[in-house]
Amino acid sequence: MKFGVVVFPGSNCDSDCYHVIKDVVNEHVEYIWHDYNEKLDFDCIILPGGFSYGDYLRAGAIARFSKVMPRIEEFAQNGGLVIGICNGFQILTESHLLPGALIRNKNLKFICSDQYVKVVSNKTPFTNLYKENEIINLPIAHGEGNYVVDDDTLHEMIKNQQIILQYCNREGNVSEDTNPNGSILNIAGICNKEKNVFGLMPHPERSSEKLLGCEDGKRVFLSIINYLRSR
Amino acid sequence: MLKAEIFVYLKKSISDPPGIAVLNSLKSLGFENVEKVRMGKYIVVYLNESDIEKAKEEVKLMCEKLLCNPVMEEYKFNISEE
Repeated sequence: MKFGVVVFPGSNCDSDCYHVIKDVVNEHVEYIWHDYNEKLDFDCIILPGGFSYGDYLRAGAIARFSKVMPRIEEFAQNGGLVIGICNGFQILTESHLLPGALIRNKNLKFICSDQYVKVVSNKTPFTNLYKENEIINLPIAHGEGNYVVDDDTLHEMIKNQQIILQYCNREGNVSEDTNPNGSILNIAGICNKEKNVFGLMPHPERSSEKLLGCEDGKRVFLSIINYLRSR
Repeated sequence: MLKAEIFVYLKKSISDPPGIAVLNSLKSLGFENVEKVRMGKYIVVYLNESDIEKAKEEVKLMCEKLLCNPVMEEYKFNISEE
């Protein structure tokens, strides 16, 4: 099994993702430079968190035009698994591989904290080892995680079960009080209609080892491996 | 040389957290009659071009491709001789 972690100028969670795949879930992983322009021969591509191109203009807007991105679009259109974490999620919306957009947090603060998240759907290659509606704890660290989307698209997303993660409290209540950034419907993670492209604001790679306090995020990567093995 | 002044701003339907913060701050400074504040970006692009119509087309493409995200933003621009 071969994972690829894309490195943009400004990526800062690339090493964390690489480490989790190599040392925690023990699979083969390679870095992919942002100007790589050949067919992507991988089983799963990770777009890591960070501040690609300084987040100038808008988060993810410039990374979306990196040379590697048409290759990733081609990879995704052929059914390849793509996961975008934080800035990676922003890049996926900018490149239209996922619907919607991410704007400034409602309270204007950069939030860095642990956050309870509900796994709304486990019927994806990225969440199949979680229970439906399971409450997990994942770290968030972002200034622009406020998910917006037009009403028609949102209805389509609900119909197609594309809302995968929602911010909540320990008891699983999804409400304005448990929404850290103002996201519509407390959305923390979504996937595309075909379920092979997943974007999320929380950082599962930062909660994949007991050493770091929590390993609730590890099952995202184990789910991917589980899906790829059973295919 | 032509100068394109581009304004990118959030769609009316999208809430604008920085705008709300500035609104509250203006009110606390005593500007009670301020109703609403919307924040945006001001981008200036200089073009090595003399044909205004051609420049308009190009700037429109720039906005639609990169400078504006049509999911959440709108834009307008003025072009003048520099």
